[in-house]
Amino acid sequence: MLDWLINPLTYAFMQRALVAGLLVGVLCSVIGCYVVLRSMAFLGDALAHAILPGVAIAYLLDGNLMLGALIAAVVVALGIGQISKRGTIREDSAIGILFTAALALGVALISTIRTYAVDLSHILFGNILGISTNDLLLTAGTTLAVLAVVVILYKPFLVVSFDPILAATLRWPGELIRNVLLLLLALTVVVSMQTVGVGLVAAMLVTPPATAYLLTRRLPAMMALSALFGALSAILGLYISYYANIVSGPAIVLTATGFFLIAYLFSPRKGILLKRSKVG
Amino acid sequence: MSKPSEQELRDPARLDLNHVSAGYNGKDAISNLSLQIPHGSQAAIVGPNGAGKSTLFKVLVGLLPVSKGTIQIHCKPIGQHRDCVAYVPQREEVDWKFPVTVRDVIAMGRFAHTGFLKRSTLQDRLVVDDCLKKMNLIELAETPVGDLSGGQQQRVFLARALAQEPHILLMDEPFTAVDASTTDATLALLNDLRKDKVTVLVSTHDLNLAAEHFDLVVLLNKKLIAFGPAKQALTPKTLKAAFGQRLVSMKGAFLVDDCCPPDEEHHHQEVPHA
Repeated sequence: MLDWLINPLTYAFMQRALVAGLLVGVLCSVIGCYVVLRSMAFLGDALAHAILPGVAIAYLLDGNLMLGALIAAVVVALGIGQISKRGTIREDSAIGILFTAALALGVALISTIRTYAVDLSHILFGNILGISTNDLLLTAGTTLAVLAVVVILYKPFLVVSFDPILAATLRWPGELIRNVLLLLLALTVVVSMQTVGVGLVAAMLVTPPATAYLLTRRLPAMMALSALFGALSAILGLYISYYANIVSGPAIVLTATGFFLIAYLFSPRKGILLKRSKVG
Repeated sequence: MSKPSEQELRDPARLDLNHVSAGYNGKDAISNLSLQIPHGSQAAIVGPNGAGKSTLFKVLVGLLPVSKGTIQIHCKPIGQHRDCVAYVPQREEVDWKFPVTVRDVIAMGRFAHTGFLKRSTLQDRLVVDDCLKKMNLIELAETPVGDLSGGQQQRVFLARALAQEPHILLMDEPFTAVDASTTDATLALLNDLRKDKVTVLVSTHDLNLAAEHFDLVVLLNKKLIAFGPAKQALTPKTLKAAFGQRLVSMKGAFLVDDCCPPDEEHHHQEVPHA
């Protein structure tokens, strides 16, 4: 058993992958609590796909891929806000239009790059085993910064999510607080790009928080439990990926899904099996 | 249109509306509204669906800008007061699936005093405990708000409003779709607030309740129809002007055939003229 655990750790790339997975798992799961509670799952997925043209342009210009991704995510997030603000087009339609356009533009740009088949699949599904020490440091820094903001702005985020009218009566800048939250989401998505890929970031944003939601009744507990599920999914997923020879991003996501299904069936308060047995 | 007494006009008004218009997409839902609610008085806002009651509240809490006119609280423009206005929302306005307990929600009432970033103080926790007691919620303190009954949920938000220690309390339809004990608890709270000189504005469909329990009645139908003590503000003439055909008079009591929340399209049978 110990061998089973230690064996993968003899490889430096597995060590880096485990740390990266842990960081991204925790980061996505904590920010994801707001994604789930504010019904922003579609927006999170859209942001993830929207970073593609940014990455492609950065690649073509020989710039920093993560910076390109971040700029694209922020532009699309604010664009969605602008289009839906006027009220003529619903927000989900605005998201649908912009994110597919960004995705198409990204694929079009990447297809002009000769080696695009390899690069595209890395962006879409992640390449956690190829993460460099520099990337790892950047991921760690971003994770710490985002989590710090989540802790410091706990009250404003709670109020704008639960009761925007209270934010208005307190004269808090609701719009600004929502945009800060959106920016944190964009940062999270960008950092996760290399770990699980843009195609599967949404799963890490939604599945662990939804699992935690089934088991808790308070937001701080939901965040802590969600972080735990995110971290466990990343580690367990990586081990499964190592031994079963599966791509690591999907292995992590499927592990998270497994936790969700267990909670969905057996949660003491909201699980369908136990609830039924109570009635019967 | 009747006016408040001279004594009341001499006091600085807590809430001053001067020719206020506001609405959505350039269309005014309330227009040219002028009234003064004196220090510590309790006013009921009545009017048919779509009269602009909710719009008025949205303007007062700062969710909607005025398109014309000014609003002043304590003779200062609205927006300069952070701890001044408390709002008790309608039940449909709250996300009951959010993972917060009764105590969490009431503690939010203290955010006005502790501010954006600071942790809550011992004083805050004492006030929250006190409000839990006052609204009879001690045993439910650690219960998620989604698990409560409708009446209990309303008591939670009343307790939160108390915790805000507001100067002006706004309640949107607190007597609609609640049981008798919740109505009683709400009225008892309003009575308590008189001692603290809290100015109260409540919107309601219930004309008799408005007449019985409130110092002042604001009769609204996009414009101000009447304003003053119930006896002067609610006359057959003003009521007809506000409600039109929907008003039914029975044995001296007025009934309004207008029971539904504003967004629902229900069709009532026309009441034939007696």
